[in-house]
Amino acid sequence: MADISSNFLGIKSPNPFWLASAPPTDKKYNVLRAFEAGWGGVVWKTLGSQVKNVSSRYSAVDYHGGRVMGFNNIELISDRPLDINLKEIKECIKLFPDRAMVVSLMADNNRESWHELIKKVEDTGAHGLELNFGCPHGMTERGMGAAVGQDPEIACMVVEWVMEAATIPVITKLTPNVHSVVPTGRSVVKAGTNALSLINTIQSVTGVDLDTLVPNPYVAGKSVFGGYCGPAVKPIALKFLTTIAQDEMTKKVPVSGIGGVSNWKDAVEFMLLGASNVQVCTAAMKYGFRIVEDMCEGLNNWMDEKGFFTLDDFIGKSVDKITHWEDLDINYHHIAKINQDKCIHCGLCYIACEDTSHQSIRIEKGNPYNTYTIIDSACVGCNLCQLVCPVDQCITMEEHRVAPEYVNWIEWQKRGLPLNDH
Amino acid sequence: MIESNRLTEKQYKDNFSDIHPPFENKTAAQVDANRCLFCFDAPCTKGCPTSIDIPKFIKQIANDDIKGSAHTIFKSNIMGAGCSKVCPVEKLCEGACVYNLLEEKPIPIAKLQRYATEKAMTNQWQFFSRKAAAGKKVAIVGAGPAGLSCAHVLSREGVDVTIFEKEKKGGGLMTYGIAAYKVTPEFCEDEVNYILAIGGIEIKYEQELGKDFTLAYLKKNYDAVYLGMGVGVARQLNIPGEKLEGVVDAIRFIYDLRDKGFPSIPVGDHVAVIGMGMTAIDAATQAKRLGAKKVTMLYRRTQEEMPCTQVELDIAKLDGCEIIWLASPQRVKGSKGKVKQLVCSKMKLGEPDTSGRRSPIDTGETFTLDVDMIIKAAGQVPYEKIVTKYKLDNKYGKITINEQCATNIKGVFAGGDAVNGGKEVVDAVQAGKDGAKAILKFLKIA
Repeated sequence: MADISSNFLGIKSPNPFWLASAPPTDKKYNVLRAFEAGWGGVVWKTLGSQVKNVSSRYSAVDYHGGRVMGFNNIELISDRPLDINLKEIKECIKLFPDRAMVVSLMADNNRESWHELIKKVEDTGAHGLELNFGCPHGMTERGMGAAVGQDPEIACMVVEWVMEAATIPVITKLTPNVHSVVPTGRSVVKAGTNALSLINTIQSVTGVDLDTLVPNPYVAGKSVFGGYCGPAVKPIALKFLTTIAQDEMTKKVPVSGIGGVSNWKDAVEFMLLGASNVQVCTAAMKYGFRIVEDMCEGLNNWMDEKGFFTLDDFIGKSVDKITHWEDLDINYHHIAKINQDKCIHCGLCYIACEDTSHQSIRIEKGNPYNTYTIIDSACVGCNLCQLVCPVDQCITMEEHRVAPEYVNWIEWQKRGLPLNDH
Repeated sequence: MIESNRLTEKQYKDNFSDIHPPFENKTAAQVDANRCLFCFDAPCTKGCPTSIDIPKFIKQIANDDIKGSAHTIFKSNIMGAGCSKVCPVEKLCEGACVYNLLEEKPIPIAKLQRYATEKAMTNQWQFFSRKAAAGKKVAIVGAGPAGLSCAHVLSREGVDVTIFEKEKKGGGLMTYGIAAYKVTPEFCEDEVNYILAIGGIEIKYEQELGKDFTLAYLKKNYDAVYLGMGVGVARQLNIPGEKLEGVVDAIRFIYDLRDKGFPSIPVGDHVAVIGMGMTAIDAATQAKRLGAKKVTMLYRRTQEEMPCTQVELDIAKLDGCEIIWLASPQRVKGSKGKVKQLVCSKMKLGEPDTSGRRSPIDTGETFTLDVDMIIKAAGQVPYEKIVTKYKLDNKYGKITINEQCATNIKGVFAGGDAVNGGKEVVDAVQAGKDGAKAILKFLKIA
């Protein structure tokens, strides 16, 4: 059995799965249920000035019969009185001392407010602080949340205030509502943050009700931009994570990965691209806390199979596999192959290639089943047919190098090698 | 003893309730609609005689466009609602579904088709309208699937259509020849009315060709004639005792059952059903469901050669019908004019015949069943006498047509069971479409 325990800046948890700062972590009742279910830690829902929430608060994007491919919320930070939150945090720590308790913060935009809030939170015995520089709705209008994260200078200033007061580890949570998370990331690392977490939610409109013509979520005939998360945002989160993991300055601090983590496989992918642990919300909101069992077991089994003993054995292992386009090997070539024994003759590969790609699939009409084969000379190896094929391992990509040596684009041009002639 | 009214009202209701219940709700339909892979040049569509664009209508259900879905179906098959209930889909669309190749359950195409078409019929969504009057009149013989389908296509092009139907209701075998647990008489009537709602189609009921009017009359008074009268009475067994009381035609049996209501249909204690086609199954299962204590089906070949599908055979078996393969009726024994016993020859399989199936040979051995009712379901016979009388080219009564659906008599077209000797409803619908197309060309319309 592999060891899946996690040590994030000295904050220990029995596994690398934390619940992100969100509705599931906004009170003792939920948090105790989460700990009982086996979650390694929680980031308590953001504390700050008390706010008031509206109804409704969530909306989702469904896909092809599946619910909640993407999830959207317009909820603000905790709307509960601060002293109740603090009291409950303390009680949770006492009941589950082996779990990580990090508290998310969003104080009003001045040094004193931050100092005061940090002091109160540290008094609970919490293990760390997470700075909410990412909330994209409601709080930004007040100059908080994403409004801070989008401006490296303001972010730097706030982190400096925080670091003056904090005696426990500080994680700065970044907003993805920027063209790059690196400038703010660098700026807060420079200001002394101990770690980063990303991504927060992405500004969105999930849809419009075709009867009422009002976008969702619906609040008395109106809606607002919300924060998008869930499985749909995972690829975007992984990209932002990679840029942080590759940057010379930001890679010096550990990262807590967030954004559509729904199962152990997603978690492993985040960790391979540089996250030391992961935070989960949408998947738990869809299925409840019990999903952590599968996450722990799946991670453990995968590590055993791959021969990894601790999380550190694989964290970051894929970071250098993402390179610049100019460095890719132009002599690498692969060609699709349709395994006729597995083909069910649905024709999806054919029509995709024929209409939208390179006309590389031959059709031989039959009744009722057509036969589809690859025209090797026309196949550019784009993967489209394999991606749309509904049968596992029916279409495989077979390596056919153009030449044995590695040649990248720059070298290709230098040598005057031929370009496409069609 | 042959008697009617064997069951309670509730028993009749239960026994004849819908064998393939519809989707309970939208979510249920969409779960299956979303399973559809949306195949290109889809095998299911190729498996449908009317070539319904099945992936398209299923996608429309998945995408909340039930109207569009129903339109897609009716565009190719105006009896798409009825076909969704009676088609042997296991050998048509669903049999071709690519999921079969994954050893997975095929998409329930018929059930989805029913979901869309039933909504269209319930809400009276009408998708078709008549073009300006074409100034032509066409007579159609038979208001069955072929005739109705032909009439609908013609009416859309502005042709005035008159259908001559020998029965009191339209729908043909859909109304009179199919098990009641597949389609109800009310549904059949609704379907006919839904088709007629386009206008321009008049049905003259209780008008039989050769009895109430002649082909010459139609030729004289109409610009073209379409013969879609189907096939007639059940094939006779030509064995001693066939005239005894208690020997009935399957088609007549099912007809009465559909026409008169379940309690009034007499059924024996032990019923023998001769044949193993779809009609035989419908007769056997319904005899059982009417309260017969025992039903035995007899077929002169083996399961390999049976004309019905496995799904149909399973219905009969699950209803408790017994099957005796390689048995051919030899004579019916009776007393006081009533059936008492059926003597059968034991058969064995010989060389393949013209149908490619191995032909049964009498072994000389016999066995005897104690029965009080015999239902003959060994196929139906075309109207040989009448087509010969009108000098229509035919083969054993099946009207001969060319690739333009035309008979040897100018302006007279034909299709459906009257031509092919008896196929599925969906084949007749396609035949009607083909016939209409040929007639429009003949009349120089469209």
